[in-house]
Amino acid sequence: MIFGRRSFTAMIGAAAFAFAQAPGQAAAFEPTKPIDFVIMAGAGGGADQIARFIQSVAEQKDLMPRPLIPNNKGGGSGAEALIALQGASDADHTILVTLNSFFTTPLRQTNLGIDIQTFTPVAMMGVDPFVLWVHKDSGITTFEEWVDAVKAADGEYVMGGTGKGQEDSLVITFMEQAFDLRIKYIPYDGGGAVAKDLAGKQIMASVNNPAEAKGFFAAGDFVPLLSFSDERMAGFPDVPTMKEKGHDFSYYNQRAVVGAPGMSDEAAAYYQSMFETIYNSEEWQGYMTSESLDPLWMDAGAQKEYWNTQVERHKELLAAMGE
Amino acid sequence: MRLGEIITAGVLALLSIYLMSESAELEIGYVRGEGPGGGAWPFWLSAIMLVTTVFIAINWVRRTSPPSRSEEPVLDREGWKTLLFVGGGILGFVALIDVISMYGAMFLFLLYYLKFLGRHSWFLTLSLAICLPIGFFFFFEGLMRITMPKGMDFTEPFFNVMYEIIY
Amino acid sequence: MEILGLLGDGMLLAVQPLNLALILVGVTLGLFIGAMPGLGSVNGVAILLPITFLVPPGSAIIFLAAIYYGAMYGGAISSITLGIPGASTAVATTFDGRPLALRGRASLALVTAAIASFIGGSVANILFTAFAPLLAAVALSFGPPEIFALMLLAFATFVGLGGDDIPKTIFSICLGLVLAAVGFDQISGAPRLVFFDITGFLQGINFLVLAIGVYGIGEMLWTIETTRGKVTTSEAKMSVKGIVNDSKEGMKRGWKGTTIGSFLGFFVGILPAAGATPGSLMAYGVAKMVSKNPKEFGQGHPGGVAAPEAANNSASTGSMLPMLTLGIPGSPTTAILLGGMVIWGLTPGPRLFVEQSEFVWGLIGSFYVSNVAALVINLAFIPLFIWMLRMPFTVLAPLIFVLSIVGGYAATKDMHDVWLMVLFGLSAFFLRKFDYPLAPAVLAIVLGPIAEPTLRQSLLLSSGDPSIFFTRPIAGPITVIAIILLFLPLINLVRRRMREGNAAG
Repeated sequence: MIFGRRSFTAMIGAAAFAFAQAPGQAAAFEPTKPIDFVIMAGAGGGADQIARFIQSVAEQKDLMPRPLIPNNKGGGSGAEALIALQGASDADHTILVTLNSFFTTPLRQTNLGIDIQTFTPVAMMGVDPFVLWVHKDSGITTFEEWVDAVKAADGEYVMGGTGKGQEDSLVITFMEQAFDLRIKYIPYDGGGAVAKDLAGKQIMASVNNPAEAKGFFAAGDFVPLLSFSDERMAGFPDVPTMKEKGHDFSYYNQRAVVGAPGMSDEAAAYYQSMFETIYNSEEWQGYMTSESLDPLWMDAGAQKEYWNTQVERHKELLAAMGE
Repeated sequence: MRLGEIITAGVLALLSIYLMSESAELEIGYVRGEGPGGGAWPFWLSAIMLVTTVFIAINWVRRTSPPSRSEEPVLDREGWKTLLFVGGGILGFVALIDVISMYGAMFLFLLYYLKFLGRHSWFLTLSLAICLPIGFFFFFEGLMRITMPKGMDFTEPFFNVMYEIIY
Repeated sequence: MEILGLLGDGMLLAVQPLNLALILVGVTLGLFIGAMPGLGSVNGVAILLPITFLVPPGSAIIFLAAIYYGAMYGGAISSITLGIPGASTAVATTFDGRPLALRGRASLALVTAAIASFIGGSVANILFTAFAPLLAAVALSFGPPEIFALMLLAFATFVGLGGDDIPKTIFSICLGLVLAAVGFDQISGAPRLVFFDITGFLQGINFLVLAIGVYGIGEMLWTIETTRGKVTTSEAKMSVKGIVNDSKEGMKRGWKGTTIGSFLGFFVGILPAAGATPGSLMAYGVAKMVSKNPKEFGQGHPGGVAAPEAANNSASTGSMLPMLTLGIPGSPTTAILLGGMVIWGLTPGPRLFVEQSEFVWGLIGSFYVSNVAALVINLAFIPLFIWMLRMPFTVLAPLIFVLSIVGGYAATKDMHDVWLMVLFGLSAFFLRKFDYPLAPAVLAIVLGPIAEPTLRQSLLLSSGDPSIFFTRPIAGPITVIAIILLFLPLINLVRRRMREGNAAG
C-alpha cells in the first residue's frame, strides 16, 4: 500500500542530479555568529545524539568559523522546534535536526500555521529503521507467536511509545489494523524511557530504533521480532521484515537537517556543502554503521521532493489511524 | 493591608477561574479505561485554588490571618517609590535588551542603579558598569557558548568584532 | 577485591599530572558555573564536548567528572549567598542557608554545605562502587506507578514546609502544579494553557523562570522595600580557625541531616525519572521530622543545609548509574555525557561494565578524586563569597538583578521567559507582602512534570483503575506512607483546634 524508501529514491534520482550542481556556485557565505542548532527532540534521544555527534565532528574537523550550539526543543512532538524556526530572528544562523514529526506535527496541528515547504532543505543524513522488541522473559521468539500473544491478551497487551501520532505509534497502528490486534498504548517522553520500561517489564513490547535498544539487546534482555525496513538489516540478519510477512510496509525515521524559512541561498549553499562534508566523513559513516542507520544522502532538491511524498504518505497513515 | 488582602484573594480567585476555563479546552473528565483527560490535571488543581481563595476570604472575615488584621498600608509613600524606582529599573532593563542588546542594557541599568539609586562615585559606577558586561560577554559567549540577544541591527558590527576576538 | 583493584587503577589514572590539572581546572570552572543562577552542570558539561578531542578520552572523562562535581558544590553557593537557587536541586538549600547568611552566619552555611556535599558524594561513590549492577535492577523495577507514589511522598514531606496559613500554602502548591502543566500535554500531545495564544507558552514554563523570578526579583524587591535599602550585610570575618570552628558546629548539628541526605538522595537519584530534586526535598523533610528541634528548621538550622546538600550530591552521583548501566540519562547533564560516550565509541548499557571496565572504573575513580578536589577548592573560595556578601547593598542588589536576568535568559534563550520572569517577580513581591509562601510553588513546578505523566501512564496501564497505586508491591507501601504523611499535619491541626476549642469554650 505504501511505497518504500528505495523505490522512491530511484524515482527522484534524476531530479536530484539536476540540483546537484547548484551549491558551491553562490557567493561565499560564512557564519558570523554562533549557529542555533535546534533539535526537534529532548536531550538523550536518538535525534539528540545525532545532533551532538554532528556538532562534535564539525568541531573536531574545524569545519566552521563559528560553533554549532545545540538547543533542545522537543515539546509538543516537535511543534516547539518548528515554531522556533519559523520565528527565527536570524534565519541564516538557525538550523534544525528533524525527525518524522517534521511531517506529522504540522498535519496534526494545523492551527500552528506551519508550512514545511517554506523551510530550507540542507541535508538528509540517513534514515533510522524501526524494530519490534519484546523482553526475553516473555518467551516470545517469533512475530507469529507475538501476534498470538497479543490476541490472547484481548486488549490488555501493553506497549510503550513516544506518543500518539508519533513514528512508533504509526507503526503500531499499522500492525493493529493489518493483523486485527488491540494494543494498549502508553506514551512516554522519549525512546530511551520506553526502552528502559521494557527492560523493567513495565510494558510488554516496544517499537524502538535499534540505537535505543542496542545496549539491552547486547545484554540479551531484548529479543527483536520484526524489522520495518525494506530489506533485512545488516546488524540483525536473522530478523525478518514486515515485507516478508506479506505486507508492503516499511517505515523509517528521517535524520535530516533543515534551515529556517527565509534562509538566504548563499547560507543554504554553505550549510549544504558543510553537511555533505560531514556526511562523507569517516566518523559519520562509522556512526551510521554502529547505530544501524541506513545511509541515504539527499541534497536540497531531492529533499524537497521527498518532503512532498512523505507529507502525502503521513496523511494516509494518520487518516488510517483515525486522526 | 486589610483591604489589600481581600483584593489579592479576589484577583487570585479570578486567576483560578481563568485557569479553569483555559484548562477546560481539553477533556477535563475521567475517560473510561484511560484515566483523566488532558485538561483534568490543571482544571481540578485550579478548582482547588479557587476553593482556597474562599477559605482565605473566610479567614479575612474572621480576621485570623495577620494581613487581615493589620491596618497599615500595603506600601507607604516610601515603599511605592522604592518599588517604582527599582521595579521600573528592572522593567526598563528588560525592555532595552531587544533594542541595545543584553550587554548594552546591562550597562545602562548598572549606571542607573549605582549612580542614581546607590549614589556611588562615578569611578565605582563606571568601572562596574563597563567591566561587568564585558566580563559577562566573555563568560557567556566565549566560554559557555550561550548567545545573548543582540538588540537591533545597528549593534551588529560591534558584535562581529567581538566574535572575531573570541573565536 | 577485584573491584578494589580496578578502582585503584582508576584512581591512579586520575592523579597523573595532566589529569590532576584538568581536575583542578574543571572543579574551579564547575564551581563558578554552578554558582551562577541559571547555569548548572549541564552548561559546564556541554562546553566540554569539543575538548574531549584535544585530550585522550580517559582525561576527557575526568575533566567532565570534575566539572560535574564542581557545579554540584556550586549550586549551594548562590542559594546561600544570593538566596537564588541556581538549580532545582538547590531550592531546599535556601530554606535554611539563606536565613543563616542573613544572620551573618554565611560561612557556617557554606562550610556545612561543602562538608555535607563531600560526605554525600563519598557515600554515593561507595554505594556505586559496591552495588552498581544490583542497583540497576532496582531502578528498573520502578515503573510509572512507583515513580508517582514517590512523587506523592515528596509532596507529603513538603506540605509542612509552608507557612502557618494552610489555605495559602495549598494555593501555592496548586499554582506551581498548574504552571507546570503549561505547554504540550505529554500524553495526548495537545497544547494547553497557551495564554492569549502567545507561542512562548508552548514550550512550557521552565522551573528557573519561576525560581529566579520569585527569589532573584520578588524576594529582593521585598528585602529592599521592607528594609528601606538598609540591609545589614554579613559582618562575619573569615579565618582558618573560623572554618574549623564552623565545620565542627555544622557537623555537630547537621550530622543527622547529612546521613539522611546521603542515603535517601542516592536511592532517589538512581531512579531515572526522579532525579536529585525530589531526593533533596525528601531529605530536608525527613531531617526536619527526626530533628529534636523541628521549629528551628527554616530559621537557619545547619541540618537544613546539610540534608539537601548531601542528598543532591549523592543523587547526582546516583543518577550516573542508570546512564552507565541502562543507557538512560536521568538528567540533562547525563544526557550530554551519554552523547559524549557515543562519540568516544562506547555503548552505555548493561554490557558496559563488562566490555569497557577500564573506562567505567576510570570514571568512578575520578569521582572519588574530584570529590576531594571539590571539597578543598570550595573551602578555599569561601572567603571570596563571604567578601561578596560584604559589599554595600546598593552594589550587591543590582548585581543580583543583572545575574537574575542574564541567568533567566541563559536558561531558555527566549526573551518571552525573561518577561515572564519579571512578571513572576513583581507578583511574588505582592504575594510575599500578604504572607503567601512561594517555596511550595517553586518546588511544585519541578515535581509536576514528573507527577502528572506518571499518574496518567499508570491509569492507562490499569485501564483507569486507581487501585494500581496500592496493589503493586513497591508502589503500595510508598503510597500508604505518603498518604499517612499527607494527612498527619491535618490530623494534628484538627486535634489542636479541638483542644483549643475546648479550652476556650
